[in-house]
Amino acid sequence: MNNCTERIYNGLVKENPTFVLMLGMCPTLAVTTSAINGVGMGLSTTVVLVLSNMLISMLRKIIPDSVRMPAFIVVVASFVTIVQFLLEGFVPSLYASLGIYIPLIVVNCIILGRAESYASKNPVLPSIFDGIGMGLGFTVGLAAIGIVREVIGTGAIFGRQLLPLADAAAGKGGYVPVTIFILPPGAFLVLAFLVALQNKVRSNAAKKGKKVPEATGCGEGCASCGNSACGGKVFPTGNEE
Amino acid sequence: MSENKLKMSSSPHIRSKVTSANIMLYVTIALLPASAFGVWNFGVSALVMLICTTASSVLTEYIYEKLMHKKITVNDFSAVVTGLLLGLNMPASAPWWMGVLGGVFAILIVKQLFGGLGQNFMNPALGARCFLLISFTSQMTTFVYDGVTGPTPLAQLKSGETVDSMSMLLGRIPGTIGETSVIAIIIGAIFLILLGVIDLRIPGTYIVSFVIFVGIFGHFANPNIGFFDPQYITAHLCGGGLMLGAWFMATDYVTSPITKRGQLVYGALLGILTGLFRLFGGSAEGVSYAIIISNLLVPLIERVTLPKPFGKGGEK
Repeated sequence: MNNCTERIYNGLVKENPTFVLMLGMCPTLAVTTSAINGVGMGLSTTVVLVLSNMLISMLRKIIPDSVRMPAFIVVVASFVTIVQFLLEGFVPSLYASLGIYIPLIVVNCIILGRAESYASKNPVLPSIFDGIGMGLGFTVGLAAIGIVREVIGTGAIFGRQLLPLADAAAGKGGYVPVTIFILPPGAFLVLAFLVALQNKVRSNAAKKGKKVPEATGCGEGCASCGNSACGGKVFPTGNEE
Repeated sequence: MSENKLKMSSSPHIRSKVTSANIMLYVTIALLPASAFGVWNFGVSALVMLICTTASSVLTEYIYEKLMHKKITVNDFSAVVTGLLLGLNMPASAPWWMGVLGGVFAILIVKQLFGGLGQNFMNPALGARCFLLISFTSQMTTFVYDGVTGPTPLAQLKSGETVDSMSMLLGRIPGTIGETSVIAIIIGAIFLILLGVIDLRIPGTYIVSFVIFVGIFGHFANPNIGFFDPQYITAHLCGGGLMLGAWFMATDYVTSPITKRGQLVYGALLGILTGLFRLFGGSAEGVSYAIIISNLLVPLIERVTLPKPFGKGGEK
C-alpha cells in the first residue's frame, strides 16, 4: 500500500495538477468564481478521474495502442455523462453554475494525461489511487483559487458573508468588494500569485535541504524534476513501472 | 600636448546629460498645471487623492525594492509620475483608500512584477485605473462637481444633449481630477515639446485619426449629428481623458513604439479605438482602454515597422 499513499502525495503536492503541472487551466480559470464552484468542479473531476483511471487500467491490455485515444475518450465521456446526470438531478444549482464545463471534463487534459501516462501502463489499484491523488490535488487547487477570489471579490466564503459589506446609502462603513476578482482578470491574478507562493515555498524547502528532487532536465520526466518552471508542458513520464 | 591630458578609456566618450530622472522630473513639472487646476476646481479632496496615489506609488516601489534587495529607484521620479497620473485619472469624490490601492496595483503588479522601469507591458497608471474602474465601477464613475453629482459632458454628448465647449476648454466641468482643463494640459504639453521630451508624432496622429473617425462615424452613432460637425468634434476633443491621454499617457516611452513609422501606426490605432469605444461602446469614455490595448500591441507594431538597415533588402 506504500505505493498508493505515494500516489496520493504525488497528486496533492509533488505534481499538483493546478499549481505544478498547470493542467486543466480552462476550468481552473473559468469556474473558480466562488469556493463552492471550485470544490464542485474539483470533486466532479475527481470522480471521473478515479473511475476512468480504474477502467482504463483494467482494459490496458485489451485496448490496441493505435486507437487508445478514441478508446480513452469513450471511457471518459461515459463517466462524464453519468456525473452530469447526477449533478443535474441532485445539485441543480451547482450544475447551473458550472454549465458547459461539466461536459468539457471529457477533454480535460488531467484526465487524458493520467490515462495516457499512468493508468494505461500500471495495475488497477495504483491507478485508482493515482486518480484520487490527482483529483484531490485538482480540487485543492480549485478550492484555493475559489476561496481567494470569493473572499476578495465578494467578502464571502462558501456563500456566507465573512466581512460585513459597506453600504453607502445607509452610510455604513465596511468591506467594499473588489469586483475584478470574480471577473476573468481576477482568475489570472489569483492563479499567478498562488503559483508564485507555492514556488517560493518549494524553493525555501529546497534551500533548507529537505528532500526535494534536483532538477535533472526533463529526461526523467517532470516527477523527478524540481524545476517547475517548465509548467509540466511535457506530460509526466516518471514513476512508471 | 602634455602627456597627462591624454585620457585612456573605452567608448562611449560623449555622454548625453539626459537621464530617466531628468525626463521624469520634466513630466512631473508638466503635470503640475493640470494638477493645480484640478485641486482648484475640485477642492481639498482632489489634493488628498493626488497625495494618496503618489505617496502609495513611491512607497510601494521603495518597499518592494527593499524587500527584493534590488537597487532603489525611487529617485528617478518614475513612480511619482505614475502616481500623479493615476491621481489625475481618479474622480475627486472617490475614497482615499482607492487611490492607495491603485498606487499599489500600478507599481507592484503592472510595473515591478514585470521587471521594473522599462519592462512594464502597459502603462502602470492606466492599468491601475482600469483595475479600479472594473472593481469599483460606481465610485469611479460618480463625478461630483460643486457639490452636485452630475454626468460628464461626454455622457451628456452620448445621450444626445448639447454641451458648452467653452467651459470644457477651461475645465469648469465634472470629470476626473486632471482631465477637465484642456488649457492646463496643453500648457504642460507645450513645455514637454519645447524640452524635446515628447514629439508630436503620437499625439498628433492620435488626435487627427480620432477627429476623422468621429467626424465620419459620429453621424452613425447619433443621426442628428452631421458629418464633420465642428461643434460635436470640438466637444469630443475637449471632453474626457483624450487630451490627458494623448499628451501624457500615450507618449510614455516604455509602452509606445520606438520606430517612427510604428509611432504613426500606434497613434492612428489609438484614435480609432478611442472613437470606437466612445461612439459605439457601452460607456461614454474609452481613452484608458484604447491606450492599454494599444500598449499590448506595441511589440507587434514594432516588429512590422522595424526599419531596414541601409543596404539590406530591396529587389532581388
